[in-house]
Amino acid sequence: MSSIALPDPELSVLDRREAIVKDLVAIAGVGAVIADDDGRRAYETDAFTAYKRMPLAVVLPETTESVAAVLGYCHANGIKIVPRGAGTSLCGGALPAEDAVVIGVSRMNKVLEVDTVARFARVQTGITNLAISAAVGPSGFFYAPDPSSQLACTLAGNIAMNSGGAHCLKYGVTTNNVLGVKMVMMDGSIVEIGGEHLDAEGYDFLALIIGSEGQLGIVTEATVRILRQAEGARPMLIGFESTAKASICVSRIIASGIVPVAIEFMDRPAIEVCEAFAKAGYPLDVEALLIVEVEGSEEEIADRLAYIAGLAQEVGPSSLVISADDAQSAKIWKGRKSAFGAIGRKADYLCMDGTIPLSQLTYVLEEISNICKRYGLGVANVFHAGDGNLHPLIMYDANDPRQAERAEQAGADILRLCVAAGGCLTGEHGVGIEKRDLMRVQFSDIDLAQQMRIKSLFDERWLLNPAKVFPLDGRPLPASRPAEPAIAAE
Amino acid sequence: MSEILKPAADWELKSILAQLGEQNLPVEIVGAGTKRAIGHPVMAAAVITTASLRGISLYEPTELVMSARAGTPVSQVEAELASRGQMLPFEPLDYGPALASRPGLQTIGAVFATNNSGSRRITVGSARDHLIGVRGVNGRAEIFKSGGRVMKNVTGYDVARGLTGSWGTLAVLTEVTFKVAPLPDDVATIVYSGLPEDLAIELMSLAMGTPYEVSGTVHLTPAHAARIATPPLAGETTSLTALRVENFMKSVRYRKGRLIETLKAYGQPVELDLEASLGFWGEIRRMAFAPASDAILWRVSTSPRKAAELVATLRRHMPVEATYDWSGGLVWLEIPDCADAGAADIRRAVAIAGGHSTLIRAREAVRREVEVFQPQAPAIEKLSRGLKRAFDPRGLLNPGRMYQTM
Repeated sequence: MSSIALPDPELSVLDRREAIVKDLVAIAGVGAVIADDDGRRAYETDAFTAYKRMPLAVVLPETTESVAAVLGYCHANGIKIVPRGAGTSLCGGALPAEDAVVIGVSRMNKVLEVDTVARFARVQTGITNLAISAAVGPSGFFYAPDPSSQLACTLAGNIAMNSGGAHCLKYGVTTNNVLGVKMVMMDGSIVEIGGEHLDAEGYDFLALIIGSEGQLGIVTEATVRILRQAEGARPMLIGFESTAKASICVSRIIASGIVPVAIEFMDRPAIEVCEAFAKAGYPLDVEALLIVEVEGSEEEIADRLAYIAGLAQEVGPSSLVISADDAQSAKIWKGRKSAFGAIGRKADYLCMDGTIPLSQLTYVLEEISNICKRYGLGVANVFHAGDGNLHPLIMYDANDPRQAERAEQAGADILRLCVAAGGCLTGEHGVGIEKRDLMRVQFSDIDLAQQMRIKSLFDERWLLNPAKVFPLDGRPLPASRPAEPAIAAE
Repeated sequence: MSEILKPAADWELKSILAQLGEQNLPVEIVGAGTKRAIGHPVMAAAVITTASLRGISLYEPTELVMSARAGTPVSQVEAELASRGQMLPFEPLDYGPALASRPGLQTIGAVFATNNSGSRRITVGSARDHLIGVRGVNGRAEIFKSGGRVMKNVTGYDVARGLTGSWGTLAVLTEVTFKVAPLPDDVATIVYSGLPEDLAIELMSLAMGTPYEVSGTVHLTPAHAARIATPPLAGETTSLTALRVENFMKSVRYRKGRLIETLKAYGQPVELDLEASLGFWGEIRRMAFAPASDAILWRVSTSPRKAAELVATLRRHMPVEATYDWSGGLVWLEIPDCADAGAADIRRAVAIAGGHSTLIRAREAVRREVEVFQPQAPAIEKLSRGLKRAFDPRGLLNPGRMYQTM
């Protein structure tokens, strides 16, 4: 696949590669720099695997100061940077460039402080999402955002993409759960924003930084809110003969005054694959399946699930199963959370991430099915129904370049459909390179210019993750580079 | 007397700002003006009010989402929500009574422009957390939008949230879209009397560390508690510490019982039923603990761990009455009128404890001299100036309101 344009690398930087690597070693230490071909190849792509670029070099610093020194050097020498967490981006957010240095935060993964009284944890951002909950779990707390990749993905990546998860219907996404950051700016300076307190002072820079896809700075430390775990949680499975019925059921639940912690939706192709993989007890004779989870004490859970079951009965479900015990609950979630992986074992797929108003669900799902039929491709749907965040998985054969191209076209059509239905291009995966050229479907030139002025404020010369988020044309001309002498190692 | 401009449409606001821009005339931005006395007094020949940008433009109860034009009164928004059994989850404060204006006037745009959140913020998040989209006009006289009407949206930078708490200095919001929530079936409050501040914060933090989803934690020192008029708390002469639980009826009864049991070392609380609870938390929302007077009022945001000590330190320099919300993370300090509003001592104490402070109420002459918002670290100030330039390069909008030279 190659329909997304990537800028040509700057030859002047490529020519200096050997000297730059030497300088990076001098700055970050020999153990922190990866410059050999095999080593670099491990970083040539992320989870948007159709695109690959060999980075100039990879640096894995162990301290904020080391990140600052590397950024300061690259700033002075006009070298681009691609920040990287665990490389699980589904939109090419961590895709390297031949003339860019990848800075990975994976070695900065310590928990620095846990305070269960003031209810925060201060961590280095290379920590994985799940490791935060693991660190505070023994005290009865957890970190709320739970993207499906939480075993692997880093907090740094979550901050860059403002990641969500299945339980954000109740607990919000990353931006609602981060209180403060320590961030290295492109010029190598270090800023601290926010802290342990609940609202940061002055302008809301945290809001701008979280979700900026690594374009404003590299966040190396963060203070996150931790929450007390509920007494218990239990999901129920409600199957329907049509997606329309399932979507009516979702609306009725929300309108009834109950906000479950999660409402997940799967269509038949997704159910079949996930059930084969996880043996979770999903019904196989339904067109649509909802996983609805509530929290509380045993009695509260029983009461709420019975109430929801009552609402569902009015819609006429084909099946209705309440999880019997923790083991079954775990299986039910395992099936859902491994959906992408399980489908990936069957076929290559492109995972879309548009969000739509719930009232449009039935119409949009039908249209998605029509679009994929038109391109001769299969599609499975598994997504967060409570908040309208769709994840159509368009299946194709990556070895057939024509199919791959058709999959990309189908994806673009689906995202245009989401915007036209009143939604947006991406609910939690980010823009990256994947949706970069579709940004004008959602935003006017004035809207984009306003965002790009913020980019220029933090990174005047557009050195940080520059090929992402904004269409390549119509960008402000980078401020002319001062004729600074390159800092040589010798 | 300044000229008052009342645009009724985005394009009208755009053309007003374009004209002012051509003449380099700065302008004060207000909604209903209930918070006009917060911040440095704005020196401007004209005032733009969003009062004529009114009306609820979208309400989908089954999606928990509403859009309203910026000048729509919060009272109208809440009445519409209540008619469908829903509410603004973050419970914005009504500064009116504390600032010698009437209650119930503030606009929904101003709630987000000032990131105004009340007691439930501790559990459900702030106004900013609930904002999902805006339309507005920036200081360049450009109509722009950010975000949208769906709850999950990471398309491009989060400019909408980035504008919360900017007090009209970056752009004039014309429409806001936000998440709403169902009204709880039942509310109960348990109130402990006579606890000293450090123990009260300990109690509130413990309650927040339980799985019972406490949705409000507030402690009032005796003089503040005495201003509460809700029976059976009216006439109270000692401090009050209140915890709120909200949910369906069975759950509220269960959780209240579990909380009283877990916290029994702190004494036997008074229990408030639904009606009394609504009365009490309504008074907290209208800031009944600090009604309009000459006394100075500060808002301090800090770690709950440090709040009691911070106030104890200040008492060595001045008499302080305090109300602690957000389990101690938000402190309202009331001190007697004085020349610098106590800024030097308060800012020093806050610097040690961590967090920030905002002067909420003081005479205009005092607000001219004292830094009203927390002074910024040099690196952040540089970014703030840059952000101001990015939205309002001529410095037309609310000049000096947050920071005197910005």
